[in-house]
Amino acid sequence: MTLDVLTVTSTISFAFDLQPAHLVGTGGAIGAVLRHWIYLQFSSERFPWPTLAVNAIGSFVLGFVVFAGVGESTAQLVGIGICGSFTTFSSFSVETVQLYERGDRLRAVVNAAANLLLSLAAIGLAWVIVARGPLAL
Amino acid sequence: MTGDHPLVRLETLALVAIGGFAGSNLRFLATDLLADVPGVLLVNAVGSAALAFLVYEAEYAGLVGRRSRVVFTTGFLSSLTTYSTFAVQTALAGDPLLVAGVVAGNYGLGFAGVVAGRSLARRVADGAGSTVGGGETA
Repeated sequence: MTLDVLTVTSTISFAFDLQPAHLVGTGGAIGAVLRHWIYLQFSSERFPWPTLAVNAIGSFVLGFVVFAGVGESTAQLVGIGICGSFTTFSSFSVETVQLYERGDRLRAVVNAAANLLLSLAAIGLAWVIVARGPLAL
Repeated sequence: MTGDHPLVRLETLALVAIGGFAGSNLRFLATDLLADVPGVLLVNAVGSAALAFLVYEAEYAGLVGRRSRVVFTTGFLSSLTTYSTFAVQTALAGDPLLVAGVVAGNYGLGFAGVVAGRSLARRVADGAGSTVGGGETA
């Protein structure tokens, strides 16, 4: 009996202590699977479109989460978890270096600039929608 | 192993999800221990180097198995690193000097990490032998 009570208590406190980690991790798993699905649909040998797409879309949603002022749990699940995992820096940097080293130097530069500019534009769009759009308070 | 069998696809999804769970949590930990900007900079640099090592290792030697690669590349590393938080940090940095620092830091250390990971993969391959097909970058 004592052991059971101890086990239950420690399980509960463990769950409560790690709640942010559960939210972030669950969001991270969802974001990773969604990204994987995009890569399966839109992979191209010539230009890393899938990475550009996930980075721009994920930046838009994260911008929305940041500007809309959602609660902490939503920010952890959607912002840090889903958007954080859906977008990727490692694939972006490896693909950019691969473009460059196979001789597509212009495409490498365009890819590096396009990821940044489209993501920033997406964040700007999210800001406009939150501040000025139909959802504005 | 056939790549399009439903159970294989299901297994791949499970591996990606597990990697995503772990990677996002490690990133969360890094931004918690350091501040947000250096935390993201650290995971992006380290994640880029590790992904480059695995991608070029697959190209040069192919010692790491397919399942391990899926967990680490598409699951763990791509979730450990992030572009959206980096982009929001850039957008909200305000001070032009800080904007330049965040962009130059992530891009510079990310690309330098790729070159370092590639060199390490070459060194490992030189010690191991045969060449096989390319690896996924995602």
